[in-house]
Amino acid sequence: MTRIVFHGQSYDCGEKQSVLDCLTSSGVPVPSSCRAGVCQTCLMRAVKGKVPPEAQKGLKPTLVEQNYFMACSCRPNEELEVAFPEEGTGKLSASVIGIEPLNPEISRVKLYPAGPFEYRAGQYVNLFKDESTVRSYSLASVAELDGYLELHVRKIPQGKVSTWIHDVLGPGDQIEMSEAAGDCFYAHGNPDQGLLLIGTGSGLAPLYGIIRDALHNGHKGPIHLFHGSLNVDGLYLVDELREMAEKYPNFSYTPCISEGEAPQGYAFGTVLDVALAEVPRISGWRVYLCGNPAMVNAAKKKAFLAGASMRDIYADPFVPAS
Amino acid sequence: MSESLYDKIGGEAAVNVAVDIFYRKVLADDRISRFFDGVDMDRQAAKQKAFLTMAFGGPNNYTGEDMRRGHAHLVAQGLNDSHFDAVMENIAATLTELNVPGDLIAQAAAIAESTRNDVLGK
Repeated sequence: MTRIVFHGQSYDCGEKQSVLDCLTSSGVPVPSSCRAGVCQTCLMRAVKGKVPPEAQKGLKPTLVEQNYFMACSCRPNEELEVAFPEEGTGKLSASVIGIEPLNPEISRVKLYPAGPFEYRAGQYVNLFKDESTVRSYSLASVAELDGYLELHVRKIPQGKVSTWIHDVLGPGDQIEMSEAAGDCFYAHGNPDQGLLLIGTGSGLAPLYGIIRDALHNGHKGPIHLFHGSLNVDGLYLVDELREMAEKYPNFSYTPCISEGEAPQGYAFGTVLDVALAEVPRISGWRVYLCGNPAMVNAAKKKAFLAGASMRDIYADPFVPAS
Repeated sequence: MSESLYDKIGGEAAVNVAVDIFYRKVLADDRISRFFDGVDMDRQAAKQKAFLTMAFGGPNNYTGEDMRRGHAHLVAQGLNDSHFDAVMENIAATLTELNVPGDLIAQAAAIAESTRNDVLGK
């Protein structure tokens, strides 16, 4: 007999009983479908305790690293505290260290969290302007390399949070933010796998973090980054990325321009078309897609049809607030 | 005890390979691809894996009621026998591509076929 803790309540889980059966038989509604550890409808997350490996079979590596599991096939050997995947995490405060422009629209925001802060480059945090005005920003920094958190914030006309960040916030200000969440990051293992990363606008933020994380972890396979915008002004970190490509032979960087004429050193076309023309066969590759939702959703389908496995595609559409 | 259909086809490893092939065929099939527009591809791939696991005689606890509930919104959009036939073709083509012997394909097809009335809400 072990115990399952959910929403502060403790439930007795019988020997050989699944977390799903334990919770549903106690009246906790947990959605489920195949109940055979395949369809992932009953996905939950272990906040505390170790999940048996059979409960994570077939999950994406980044979900496994975050202790996600399928409740129907989880027969725990020890006490587990569990939560639903979408449940909000705790809040903490951070101080602004600096805000500097990366291009006419996008600024680099550096934050210093007030307490211990665990994250993986490419995950996101929610920034609170006030209790009800919240926006998500991806982490471009790498925990092992950077002593601060880095976000790339695009100033959106009439954007409640982004204009506040650009126009009001400054060094020394305190802000509230969530813990890090999301499964778009560099999962360890498989160091020879090819990585294809496609982003538009500030969608470069998570990709920049993921690439530095991968290189820091000694990733050996080819890493291709394609960053797109309408014109050169919409891109940023171009020089830094070109320098990185010089330094790391397995990393290549292609800035893409989709309007007017592309100057030398830039590819012309939409970032997705350019990427799939240059890297047409991506069977066995890991794919990261971030930024404009129309691009990300189209790219997800095209990458899959071009041979990437569904479990190797990580997508982070930056859906604008309504 | 004789080996089960699921083991003969290759178990979970076979389903993992089959699901990507099958899902690509479905998305490329103009007869049925519209039913997959706008769905979360990750969730859909997981559901298809569960469906193929069942068709391959593997572990599942699906009930007819689950199948009815899961497809009712598609039946309302016009899902009918011709679409079910297209899915059946794609299953057979997937298994053929994986060099599964014809008699095993027939067994898997029979299991998938047994869900027809529930899927179509008949």
